[in-house]
Order: sequence, then structure tokens, then C-alpha cells
Amino acid sequence: MKELEFPFDSRYIMRHRRGIKKQLLADGSERIKVRIAVLGGSTTNDIVSAMELFLLDSGIEPAFWQSEYNRFYEDAVFGNESLESFRPDVIYIHTTSCNLKYIPDDPNETEDDIKQRLEMQTSILKQVWTSLAKNFGVPIIQNNFELPLYRHTGSYDRWGITGRSAFIDRMNLAVSEYARNCHGFYVNDINYLSAAVGLEKWHDPDSWFLYKYAMNIDVIPDLAYSTVCIIRSLYGKNKKAVALDLDNTLWGGVIGDDGQEGIEIGEETAEGESYSMLQNWLRTYKKYGILLTVCSKNDAENALLGLEHPSSILRPDDFASIKANWQPKSENIEASAAELGLLPESFIFVDDNPAECDIVSSQLPSVRTIEASSVKDTLYRLSRSSWFEVTDLSGDDLVRNEMYAANAKRQAMQKQFTNYTDYLLSLNMHAEIADFTPVFLPRITQLTNKSNQFNLTTRRYTSKEMEDISRSSDRIRLCGSLTDKFGDNGIVSVIIGRCEKETLHVELWLMSCRVLKRDMEYAMLDELVHQCIRRGISRIMGYYYKTEKNSMVAELYGDLGFTLLNKSENGSSVWNLDLDTYENKNKVIKVNEKEKIYE
Amino acid sequence: MNDQDIITRLNSVFRDVFDDDSLSVNENTTSADIEDWDSIEHINLISAVEDEFSMQFRMREVSGMKNVGEMIAIIKERGQ
Repeated sequence: MKELEFPFDSRYIMRHRRGIKKQLLADGSERIKVRIAVLGGSTTNDIVSAMELFLLDSGIEPAFWQSEYNRFYEDAVFGNESLESFRPDVIYIHTTSCNLKYIPDDPNETEDDIKQRLEMQTSILKQVWTSLAKNFGVPIIQNNFELPLYRHTGSYDRWGITGRSAFIDRMNLAVSEYARNCHGFYVNDINYLSAAVGLEKWHDPDSWFLYKYAMNIDVIPDLAYSTVCIIRSLYGKNKKAVALDLDNTLWGGVIGDDGQEGIEIGEETAEGESYSMLQNWLRTYKKYGILLTVCSKNDAENALLGLEHPSSILRPDDFASIKANWQPKSENIEASAAELGLLPESFIFVDDNPAECDIVSSQLPSVRTIEASSVKDTLYRLSRSSWFEVTDLSGDDLVRNEMYAANAKRQAMQKQFTNYTDYLLSLNMHAEIADFTPVFLPRITQLTNKSNQFNLTTRRYTSKEMEDISRSSDRIRLCGSLTDKFGDNGIVSVIIGRCEKETLHVELWLMSCRVLKRDMEYAMLDELVHQCIRRGISRIMGYYYKTEKNSMVAELYGDLGFTLLNKSENGSSVWNLDLDTYENKNKVIKVNEKEKIYE
Repeated sequence: MNDQDIITRLNSVFRDVFDDDSLSVNENTTSADIEDWDSIEHINLISAVEDEFSMQFRMREVSGMKNVGEMIAIIKERGQ
């Protein structure tokens, strides 16, 4: 919803929040249900209502539990029955500098005194974190600490050992260090947020005296949005690609009119320098695994001419897909998405032309658009909308661009073969398919929570649930990774089946779209059947739960030789496979052979 | 700004905040008359009224306000 996209009008949102909520709930879209416990060191009601709107807008339907006012420590450390029975999927600890009870207030204290204060303060928080982690084992989001508005001693408050600002700096380092060393613990950077908003606007002592809000009511939507960015990242709702216009977006001028020497890019002019900064910024996104694509109304050769400008930082091969033609941009985004095995909803579209942004928004409402009226505005919106919020920077994200480059090579090679099986054989594919191991659990959970298309049941699991499943004795679990002569795709497929006497119920089966049409699903089924037979299981029941996004696998079970038992009106279906006559289906992938051959 | 202007604008604030287009407030309206007007929603309401009339209530006024009539009196004095 436009009203909830960054930059939003906080006052409008809060005034109309009931109406906005009603409208969001009425759109009939499917949402992941997430239970969020908010443990507050100050009032949290309006924070929760603003979070609810941003979450609903990101495809997440939250249920909230809130601690009583300032009971975050007691609820976490001594336990709270209502919190336990709530069974949260995510815990948000909303504390602020108001909760730093050991903050210094005496200039006569020594460095040792301050160290002691730091230790006492961090130990309170660590008790909260460790007992929540132990009792719930779910992701924890913790605010760091904002600087004060009022200072007794001016700048000395920051650099003097007994200053309050100095204490807050050290607390923030401690929180960050804890987060870096603790899986499932995430920092909500309200220190940045309060600075970006402005401390004079952020702080409002009246809101504290009247309502015990730790900040001005006007900035609550900003705080809520920042928290929601972390939650939506945890649930795989981040964007994955940026589709970029070229003329007056990546460089100044129009390449078709001005020619290569006429466009502005590089250090010679102020405008050219600004576009260089933008290109540099985008190239860094690429290093974080965000895909860049071109979506431009231009002749293809002109587009390349622009990107080959001597001062252009982004080169043609920095883009995972280049669409430079005269087709509608919405169609080009869809085409790039299909090429990359993504959904259009994974895209952000950047264009200086408001009309193009409008057309894309109206044709593809799930694509977020950014009107690039100037470089500084583009950077502001790209960065502050935080659609690339990192929660788990897995190795996979970092090499994603290489994997897509390898895919392009595979496609080129496919053209040399008339027979598809010959092509598959030529890829020299090797798969490892085995039970879950602890080291792979984060990746398995991440993949499970973000796979939409090749996903039979679209079940989502928290890290804790996945850990429970990995220890469960009545489950058969498979995770499969695939390597070929062009590179390692990492873990690309997951199956979870529940054994019930001689039947296995397939609760989850998903595969990454980047290995579609490689027969990996055959290899996975072969291994599943193999393990079933070893456990004395004689039949497999498969379930297809229809969503808006998984029509690609509606007939998968039928294609694999399962018999249809039941098809309901909503398109979901139940399938059966008897194992006594099963024959292996995979003929092209070598499975579980230790040696891997790279070319 | 006369009372009627203020009531018209207040009405639109109340209708937005409580998402109820049938609401109609007058000087005698109190929180008891509007089902969702509790202490939590009061905060949001006050902030929306402040925004509408580009003014700020004093702390004493926020906690002491008994009915919409008192709100109107303050707005008349300081609102825009």
C-alpha cells in the first residue's frame, strides 16, 4: 500500500490506522502468520499497532503479546505463563536508554567504577537474552541505545569517561558484539534511526511523563518500520533484485540522442559524479547478493554502448539480465524474473520517469517502485526502505551473482545440444542428498521460509521448529545440494516426511528455482523412496496445497507417477505412491559419490 | 474559528481515528460515549487533534480533559 511505503507520513498512518488495517485485511492476500512477543521497557501499544500495519503490508499477519509496562526483565528471567502459552515465533525487546539504570551520573567516578557499571548493565541484558534463548529458541530482536538529547557537559559527555553518551557508546558496542557471536540475535539500530530522524524530534519528555513512551509519538512508525524490516527479512520477504532504467537513472542524458560521449558519468561534472556514486552504491549491493537488471526503453546496442562508457562503473556483465527494448517495462520485469527463476515481487524498479513507475505499479503491484528524481533521492529511498535488510548473511547470498552467471553459461551450453538429456549429462552433475546436519540448519530454514514456487505445501518453520524436527525420530529428512561443472549451487532442495506406520506423509518438499529442469526432483524422490524402504514404509502420501505462487508444481506428483486420491475445490490435492514397483527415475545426476569433479 | 468549524474538523479526526463514519461529536461527548475511546486510543486521538489544529496540549490538559467541550475551548484559544 502506497501510504505504508517509505517515506511515509507517520501522522497520517497513526490517524487512519484502523481504516488502513481494515483495508489491508480485506485484500484477501495470503499471509504468513507470525506470533510476536514484545517485551517492553516502556509503553509499546502504539508501536505494536504500527508494526501490525507494516507487517500486513509485507505479507505477514502478526499476533502480538505485550509484556506489562517495564516488565521485560522479570518476564524474561523469571518466566511468565501467558508468554509461555503464547509460544512466540519472534521476540522483540523494546528497551531504550531510559532502561539503562546503571548509566553514570557522577563525574568523580573512576574508570573502574564505570567498568563495573557497564558489567552490571550488560549482565542484566545478557540474563534476559540467554533465558529467552533457552526457553523459546526463537529469533530475538533487541534495540540498541539512542543518544540523549540533554547533556550536562556538552561534547565532553561523549568523550569523558563518566559521560552518559560515552556509556551508551560502550553499551552499543557490547550489544553488537553479542549479536555477532550469537545466532538468532538481531540488533534494531535505533541509535542510527534516532540520529536519522534527529534527536530533537526523537526525544519528547512529555510523551514519557504522560504515557511512558520512550520517544516522541510521531516517530513511532519509524521505529515500527525499522523493527518490521528485520522481521520481514527473517521471513524471506526481502527483495532480491533491482531493475534499473538507464537514461537519467544510471547516467545523465539520453544515450540514443546524446551518444556515448554525450552522457554524463564520471568525475568530470557534478552530475556525472553523482551517477558514479549511485553506480558504485549499486555495485556494492551486488556484492551482497542483490541482482541487478536493466529495464530500459532503448535499442539494445545503445544500452550496451552506455554501459561500456569508459567511466561507467557498472559494466554489462554486472547485470544478471538486460532488457533494453521498446516493450512495456512491466513485461520486461516479468521476463527478467522468469529468466532468473524469481517472482516479480522480488524486484525493486528504479526509473526517473514517474509514468513508467506508475505503469509498473499498476501492472505489477507487488513490485516496489522508486522514482529516481535525483541520485540523492534514489539513494535515500533505496537505503531507508531497507528492502535488503540482512539478518543471515549466508555464504549463499554472497555468491548468488556467481551462481546466476554460471546459469547463463549453462544456457549457452544447452544451445549446443539438440537432445536435452545429452545436455544434462554434459553438465556432470553431482548431488549430495542426506539427513539434516546442524551446520546446514540455518540454510535449510532460510530456504524453507522463502521458497514459493517449487513448494508443494508452503509450510514455514521457525529455527526452533526446524531444530525440533531435525531431532524427531518419526521424520525422514532430506536436504540436497547440487554441483556441476559450472559451480556449486549449495543446498537447493528439502524434503520432510512424517512416518505413520507404513505410510510416509510428505509435509514439505521444496526446491530452489535455480535448479529447475535438472532432474534434481527425481534424485530427491529416488533417495526418499530408498530411505522409506529401509524403514519398512510401503507408501508415500503427497500433498499439494495450492497458493498464488506454486502452480508450477500442481501436477508434480502426477508427473512422478503418484495416483490422485482427492482434489478439492480450491485446487489442493492428495496423492499416493505405492513403493513396491518403484524404479529409480534419475539418470543424469550422480548421487552421494564422494569425489566431485570440477572442470 | 467558531465552535462549529472546530466541531466539523474534530469530527473528521474522530471518524478517522475510530474508523467510524457515523460518529458525531459535540461539547458533551465523553470517552464513555465512544466504545473504542480508551486510555490507549486517547494518546493517538490527542496526537491527531494536535496535528489537525497545529497546536500542542499541555500535560495537565491531556490528563484532565473531561469532555469534547473542554477540548474545543483549548483549541479555540490556541489552535489554528
